[in-house]
Amino acid sequence: MKIFFPRLYQRLLVKRVIQSLILILLLIVINFFLIHLAPGDPVYYLAGQSGDEQYYELIRAKFGLDQSLLTQLWVYLSSVLRGDLGYSLSYQQPVSAVIFSRVPATLLLIVSAILMASVGGILLGVEAARKENSFYDRLFNTFALLGHSFPSFSIGHLLLLFFALYLGLFPAQGMASANQDLTGINYFLDLLVHLALPSLTLAIVQIAQIMRLTRAEMLNVLGENFITTARAKGVSERKVLYGHALRNALLPVVTIIGSDLGMLLSGAVLTETVFAYPGLGRLTLEVLAARDYPVLMGLFLLISISVAVINFLTDITYPLIDPRIKYSR
Amino acid sequence: MKVNSEIKNHHPLSAGNLWRGVKHNKVALIGAIVLVVFFGAAIFADRIAPYDPQKTSNETFQPPSQKFLFGTDDLGRDVFSGVIYGAQTSILIGVSVALLSGLLGVFVGSAAGYAGGIGDDFLMRLTELFLIPPQFFLALIIAALFGSSLFNLILILTITSWTAMARLVRAEVLSLKERPFVEASRAVGASPTRILFHDILPNAFPLIITKIILMVGGVILLEAGLEFVGIGDANRISWGYMLHNGQHFIRDGWWIIAFPSLALAALVLALNVVGDALNSALNPKARAAHFDKAV
Repeated sequence: MKIFFPRLYQRLLVKRVIQSLILILLLIVINFFLIHLAPGDPVYYLAGQSGDEQYYELIRAKFGLDQSLLTQLWVYLSSVLRGDLGYSLSYQQPVSAVIFSRVPATLLLIVSAILMASVGGILLGVEAARKENSFYDRLFNTFALLGHSFPSFSIGHLLLLFFALYLGLFPAQGMASANQDLTGINYFLDLLVHLALPSLTLAIVQIAQIMRLTRAEMLNVLGENFITTARAKGVSERKVLYGHALRNALLPVVTIIGSDLGMLLSGAVLTETVFAYPGLGRLTLEVLAARDYPVLMGLFLLISISVAVINFLTDITYPLIDPRIKYSR
Repeated sequence: MKVNSEIKNHHPLSAGNLWRGVKHNKVALIGAIVLVVFFGAAIFADRIAPYDPQKTSNETFQPPSQKFLFGTDDLGRDVFSGVIYGAQTSILIGVSVALLSGLLGVFVGSAAGYAGGIGDDFLMRLTELFLIPPQFFLALIIAALFGSSLFNLILILTITSWTAMARLVRAEVLSLKERPFVEASRAVGASPTRILFHDILPNAFPLIITKIILMVGGVILLEAGLEFVGIGDANRISWGYMLHNGQHFIRDGWWIIAFPSLALAALVLALNVVGDALNSALNPKARAAHFDKAV
């Protein structure tokens, strides 16, 4: 039976919350110093490059650029913490509004890719671990190695060339068909058809890692005594693999799926670029081209913070779901 | 005869050992050959490439032919010559960043592991902080702010790539410094630096060298990713730039992006295969190789 001590867990929780808050503060400070260390007037990075002198004066006054560095840091920190990431000149909107309008598309892409990669990676990993060094094990390992070597944009390009341009099965670009007012089920199907290739690309990037980890964990667990016991009792091999072993091997796999968010976001930037998919990645590219630094810095900050938050969530849920961690006095 | 030669080559990094790690593994052998081809292409690029890869001509969008082996792009530049010179850029950046950030990681990791205490705490918190922003975004933002000449790119990728090595070396130093032979050195009065450089680091060397080789592929992918979103040295041709430019013309000619893409994947695959084989030959107790891949 699981012994659980809420007080010890509470202590862990408080510790992790404080650590994460410090990390987030440090990330904002790093952002601030990047702006000030970069060559040229910091006002360009706080306001963007397409402003006029009057606007720059306004921003200089707002961020206290004529005052000491410490005061400036304080002004910057407090405005970021209030949720004010600046104003984007190229979109004529607050930075946070620009960024959040793109979040749903990227979220849809990432979540669907994680789902595909998890199911595929875990199934392949279990099948590979069934018999070490068998034909399938080697075949899947070769696939994993290939997956580790192709960058997301190469995978995307190859899928695009073959499935969209050569076979014509899927649309090559965008998130929805233009000039068509689709509703209900048709709208949904249209979204799905546009999502297929980008999300498959991102899933292939992920699947190799999940497969390799599942395989390694399965091989570990399959060597343990309770597996031998289950087999001796005459439990079917299928049930041993998927019932007994996988349940115990799954936990580290779930953790890695969470902690790979950073890699997924980077992959999403490149994948969205290939398929002109209108999410955060596409936005990154647009603001890079327009030198819209406030949005770029805001993106960097929000992505870093979301990675920190996901790490925090993974950290605090791990003891709750791992049956092996018991809080002893 | 065979036994003799194996006894002589007892050092883990001897040519015999490296060869043995590769020769029984056909896949790794093919990988090694591919690597030799790519390195040869990079070194002798000016003699192999039939054209100047930056030179434009009015023969645009030519499909692969005897004249243009991999075809030409939207400005009539020869794709084959671009792929050859691109190998030079990729390998130059991949190898120098892996070496520099490997050194930096060894320095931080061994300092943290050997010093312990507050120094260790500080260095490890710093490493954790560096691990939060995705490597690709960190490199992208620094390059966007500070410029992306070849020199800058190498510097930026070094700054963003050292953390994995630091953690690896720290763990290894922590385990090695409790071993009896280190205790023996300490007992006869060897100084801490002498223990670190004569006893601990030489024993960690196989691990370090395989990690550096495994890092090269990851750095090459990262650099290509940056070039692909439009960040890079405009004076040099690179596979990432060719893909960045070619993606707009994917309907006009598959060859414009297919060849740089395949070259990139083939080089990284060869590096991973050889690195994996070396890892299991040099560090038999280590787990399966972990590939750095940020994009």
